[in-house]
Amino acid sequence: MGHTWTILKRELASYFTTPIAYVFIVIYLFLSGIFAFYLGNFFGRGQADLNSFFTFHPWLYLFIIPALSMRLWAEERRSGTIELLLTLPITMWQAVAGKFLAAWAFMAIALALTFPMWWTVNYLGEPDNGVIVASYIGSLLMGGAFLAIGACISSLTRNQVIAFIVTAAACLLFVLSGHPLVLDFFKGWAPAFLLQAISSFGFLSHFDSITKGIIDLRDLVYFASFIAFWLFANVVVIEMKKAD
Amino acid sequence: MGAMVEIKNLSKRFGPITAVDDISFAVQRGEVLGFLGPNGAGKSTTMKMITGFLAPDSGSVRVGGDDLELSPMAVKQRIGYLPEGAPLYADMTPYAFLDFCAEIRGFRGDEKRRHLDDVVAKVHIEQVLSQPIATLSKGFKRRVGLAQAILHDPEVLILDEPTDGLDPNQKHEVRTLIRTMATEKAIILSTHILEEVDAVCTRAVIIAHGRLVCDGTPAELEARSRLHNAVTLLVRSGAINGAQQQLRALAGVDSVELLEEHDGVARFQIYPKDGHSIVSSVGEAAREGGWRIEELRVERGRLDEVFRAVTTGSTSREV
Ligand SMILES: Nc1ncnc2c1ncn2[C@@H]1O[C@H](COP(=O)(O)OP(=O)(O)OP(=O)(O)O)[C@@H](O)[C@H]1O
Ligand SMILES: [Mg+2]
Repeated sequence: MGHTWTILKRELASYFTTPIAYVFIVIYLFLSGIFAFYLGNFFGRGQADLNSFFTFHPWLYLFIIPALSMRLWAEERRSGTIELLLTLPITMWQAVAGKFLAAWAFMAIALALTFPMWWTVNYLGEPDNGVIVASYIGSLLMGGAFLAIGACISSLTRNQVIAFIVTAAACLLFVLSGHPLVLDFFKGWAPAFLLQAISSFGFLSHFDSITKGIIDLRDLVYFASFIAFWLFANVVVIEMKKAD
Repeated sequence: MGAMVEIKNLSKRFGPITAVDDISFAVQRGEVLGFLGPNGAGKSTTMKMITGFLAPDSGSVRVGGDDLELSPMAVKQRIGYLPEGAPLYADMTPYAFLDFCAEIRGFRGDEKRRHLDDVVAKVHIEQVLSQPIATLSKGFKRRVGLAQAILHDPEVLILDEPTDGLDPNQKHEVRTLIRTMATEKAIILSTHILEEVDAVCTRAVIIAHGRLVCDGTPAELEARSRLHNAVTLLVRSGAINGAQQQLRALAGVDSVELLEEHDGVARFQIYPKDGHSIVSSVGEAAREGGWRIEELRVERGRLDEVFRAVTTGSTSREV
């Protein structure tokens, strides 16, 4: 645990010693504002809630999270520091967890900086703050799931551009598999249990149910096991591909 | 207590290439082992296996009595490692980076501070401590890499080409540093600079095509040279041809080569049979012939010649 914390600190600090942190946060806030106000018609809806803000998070994360995760391992490979890191007296799990948690913590910071939205709705009306808290938690969990995929894919290559594109594609798959468009395609002919499986495999059904304000244990278990699975894959990939 | 580092039958393949082929050796405390071999011989791959970065296909590594496979943590704690090219986190400052390494090595508070101050002074990086590593000169980067390796005062040091690309002064400094640490550690360093072997190593191994072809002290390796105990003779004489004839006729002399001749001075290289000493008979012949000797020197043998002989010799045997 101690080593995981040390690695987390180093990683998190390195976001802030480069312009990455500031660029990321500014663009994240800008885009989530655009999505909420223009596409989501935040004011026009005349409702005091943050639905229009959270609805777009899966789509926002689709390209903003791969930008955060692409360097996690690809950069270590490119610069050769992976050799330094993995010959220190730490376990592979500590390295993988430390890096993942750093990226996740950074994402949490960016998400927390959207608090003026919360303020605004509380100023304008009387929103259900319980729903908003749940939505924030759901968004954080979904972001963690995106990041776990991204960390694993980043460990497959030394090229950050490849890591970005492949991660975005993989995440798209998991977003789409719960989307009505895809479900409609299967609806006509696929058996109900398959439909159920496809939908519960994707992010959307879980995210939607959390943003309705219901924190169901099953959704938490889904995201937790999803993250654990991809981090496990991350460990396996690095063990197998250390030399390249 | 056995050897500090003990490697047995280590092998590693990359697809069709056998990078390391059944290598065994041991290094004791107090030894500085020079790891020599042509490009692609498998030096770095061997080091990566000793430090636990790569898993060997077969064979075992023991460090300080612990098996790497069974207790990797114990082994990694004993080792300080400078990977080839000294990779570093470029966006960190040397201070932040070394602080990170110190914490991973388990130092906290005053103890951490002491270790950091100590190592910073040892490698002389005081003036660049808070400058991003990306902006440092190669010499400083290498020192930061070395600092990271020696920070926890490890019993075993593995240095992959520690002086590669440094200017002569910096090379000298790094070698001095290595020598000062040599007595209480077991050190393995790879290098392409053969003079380094004489300067810092107590023992050298040469590998070629993944196989160990030579293992001995620098003096033992030099003794394998054709030049070992050869005599270089500089004479001022009218009768150079006569001198050459006479030298060739001496007992124990294998051949005589006229290296150069100008201004009435001739430089001979006299090779002995089977590396025996011939300097006394050469001296005697000179005295009897009444030659005016400008210089008379016994060669110890040249490492580069031995290096070339054993590393290219093994290819011709294989192919
Ligand atoms: N990750 C890898 N994948 C495939 N082949 C590799 C890999 N790493 C090393 N090799 C091959 O293994 C052989 C030994 O390489 P190694 O880097 O150990 O040589 P070296 O002795 O350190 O050479 P140099 O003096 O140039 O540093 C080479 O043929 C190299 O191409
Ligand atoms: Mg090498």
